[in-house]
Amino acid sequence: MTSFEELTTKERPTWCPGCGDWGILTALKKALVELNLPKHQVVVVAGIGCSGHLPQWINTYAFHSLHGRALPVAQAIKLANHELNVIAVGGDGDGYGIGMGHFIHAMRRNVNITYIVHDNQIYGLTTGQASPTSEKGFKTKSTPHGQIEPPVNPIALALSADCSFVARGFAGDVPHLVKLIVQGIQHKGFALIDVLQPCVTFNYLNTFDYFYRRIYKLEEDSSYDPTNKQEAFKRAFEWGERIPIGLFYKENRKTYEDELPQISQMPLVKQKIDFVDIKNLIEEMC
Amino acid sequence: MSEFSWKIGGEAGYGIMTTGFILGKSFVRAGFFVFDTNEYPSLIRGGHNTYTVRISEDPVFSHSKKIDILVALTDIAIEKHKKEVRKDGFIIYDEGFVNVKELKGINLIPVPLTKIAIEKGGQNIMRNNVALGASFALIDVDPEILYDAIRDTFKGKKGEDIAQTNINVAKAGYEYVLEKFQNINKIKIKSNGKQKRMYINGNEAIAIGAIKAGCKFYAAYPMTPASSILHYLASKENDYNIIVKQTEDEIAAIHMAIGASFAGVRAMTGTSGGGFSLMTEALGLAAITETPLVVVLAQRPGPSTGLPTHTEQGDLRFAMHASNGEFPRVIVAPGDVNECFYETFNAFNIAEKYQLPVIIITDKFLAESHATTDPFFIDGMKIDRGQLLSEDKAKNIQDYKRYENTISGISLRALPSQENTIFKAATDEHDEYGRLSEEPADRIIQVDKRFRKMKVLETEIDGAKFYGDKDAEVIIVSWGSTKGPILEAMKLLHKKDIKVGFLQILYIIPFPVNKTKSFLEDAKKKILIENNKTGQLGSVIKEKTGIDMDYKILKYDGRPFTPEEIVSQIEEVLIHDKL
Repeated sequence: MTSFEELTTKERPTWCPGCGDWGILTALKKALVELNLPKHQVVVVAGIGCSGHLPQWINTYAFHSLHGRALPVAQAIKLANHELNVIAVGGDGDGYGIGMGHFIHAMRRNVNITYIVHDNQIYGLTTGQASPTSEKGFKTKSTPHGQIEPPVNPIALALSADCSFVARGFAGDVPHLVKLIVQGIQHKGFALIDVLQPCVTFNYLNTFDYFYRRIYKLEEDSSYDPTNKQEAFKRAFEWGERIPIGLFYKENRKTYEDELPQISQMPLVKQKIDFVDIKNLIEEMC
Repeated sequence: MSEFSWKIGGEAGYGIMTTGFILGKSFVRAGFFVFDTNEYPSLIRGGHNTYTVRISEDPVFSHSKKIDILVALTDIAIEKHKKEVRKDGFIIYDEGFVNVKELKGINLIPVPLTKIAIEKGGQNIMRNNVALGASFALIDVDPEILYDAIRDTFKGKKGEDIAQTNINVAKAGYEYVLEKFQNINKIKIKSNGKQKRMYINGNEAIAIGAIKAGCKFYAAYPMTPASSILHYLASKENDYNIIVKQTEDEIAAIHMAIGASFAGVRAMTGTSGGGFSLMTEALGLAAITETPLVVVLAQRPGPSTGLPTHTEQGDLRFAMHASNGEFPRVIVAPGDVNECFYETFNAFNIAEKYQLPVIIITDKFLAESHATTDPFFIDGMKIDRGQLLSEDKAKNIQDYKRYENTISGISLRALPSQENTIFKAATDEHDEYGRLSEEPADRIIQVDKRFRKMKVLETEIDGAKFYGDKDAEVIIVSWGSTKGPILEAMKLLHKKDIKVGFLQILYIIPFPVNKTKSFLEDAKKKILIENNKTGQLGSVIKEKTGIDMDYKILKYDGRPFTPEEIVSQIEEVLIHDKL
């Protein structure tokens, strides 16, 4: 049985006290315990930013990639060994800014991995500049006169990019987030879990209190059907007085791996390469 | 005559590449040695394309400046290439579509190519095959070798009927010229007997080398002249169980290759200079995480998109220094299709053994030119996965340190899913376990450990080859695709009693310092030949050995050297020295 303790490293996270990242790390570990995934069968892939430090503090295999580049690494790990559970983590700057191109294509590709985005609407590790999800008018070090652009909407983007599992969690509600991560890992296909994650040091606007007052859970609305994309789009644009969290949308479609006869028998990594017969290839050239 | 050259020129989009390839293939099958090269602008229809095929009774390593038969499908083809046609050579042109006045010393062969194509085949695009048939009527060989090659080319792709129609069209061209031009002096060439040889270009050789090496994952974004590696591997992905992924950009391509390699499969990416620019940051990621990686950099003239479909060797320094920070890498520069194959195979072994990025640097001229060579000799080619831990070995490991500070600098490499060896691969500096560390001591240990690997590697690699006479009057130094034209130039110089030696630098990193010194220190005249503006290899030689080149022969018009150009420039050097 996988235990919470064995997933915990000796080193203590260096995140700010009270940071939403703590909740995400706890929720991820709890989800792995709940799913009873052996720790050596899990690879956590991160980009750069405060979120990028997460793999250091969870006792699984990990690849700490470059800024914005968690997803291409994570997808390829899964393609090379689809028996692994691959979880990518990143921030809003990482995934929705510099890594936006990978984000869109990973979703339509539908490789069976889970992507958890620490969405704090600010750049934390670089000490407080505007991020792609910062609200219009938000004043930061890089936008002292207020952010001019409207924020990107990751949920709506995911829906339009054919993401097969679209969810939003809140770092201040760990039990709910655990459920979402469990569902995300269980989902066959690319699962996005955007997590509202207050930055207690640099984001004075989108605080825990800000979210406690606004969020509601989609699953508590019995009329909500997470297989209805049109409905999901409507809720995706809901932001302000009320902010929905939970599962927005889910569909079952083939994963990228399902379409690859190359790995239908066994993972790529298990295929022998000691002797590759290339006689035919040479013959074709003659 | 022991050889001849044939060239076809016309608009893009009319099958010129296939036509040239068929001609080359037919002669390879008949036992001749062939080298071909193409030239085309960056567009899909229109413009001016050429395909040049040199056919010889003896081994041949590059194209030649002189053309014996020019097939002109357009007026531009005549204008651009009439000066290349040798005295008493031939120009076959599309009568009714191409206008030519008398050309002194050249045999004009007007053939209604399009008309015959429509009459016999129903499609004007088949005029190329009429031209092929017409060409064979000027050469003293059995045209059956042509018909066989046409059948082989079209049968698989388009079926027996289409193949036969194409053959009929070619036959019509052959018979037309035979009947109309009975008094011509045919080109005489004689095969030394059929022998099985490959007719292959650099990219195909790299792709097959990668397959032989057990490459299981290739990720790339299309970019000339690297794209045909992607195409070739994609066409074989199900036969050899390779995942070939066209990615959203080159950044994703290299990160995917790194991810797949981290998970334990041999992985490669390929691109040209522009795409390589996007990959540079991740090159450092492979280095600091010590993830094996093979990158093909097929150069074209820059900066920026430069001359997208042409050739140059302008990225040597770029490859050597790409990415921020200091880290070891290997750069190998194959000079012909054989080296493309064998060095790609070696590149995978080196990448895994030393856990670092290996760059295979080529260029458009090498990537897309076909050459004849013996079938690759594959006996004894051994996969060496270095310190990769097997499942069994990993089970017995306690207190695993992925980045252990070993004497060789090489550490045991575990894979995700192995039970006792959980570790972190990190883009940030780390300690021996892979945990992030900003401690000065850890930093020094890890930097030194990474560089120590090169010390071992240097002893394993013989990075230079020498051809010709060591005591020659002239020693040429070069790298990469210039090898072919240089070897051909040496033959021509030999006929003129000029003795030449040639030092080919095969590995740029680790640089063959001792071998270079031993061949250059006492050399009388050292001539650097490079397909670039600034003589980049020359500066590397100076840096590594202190030796200055006496002369530089540089070319940066986007075209490869011809042997004749090299000869005349070397002769100029010799005359200049005597004055």
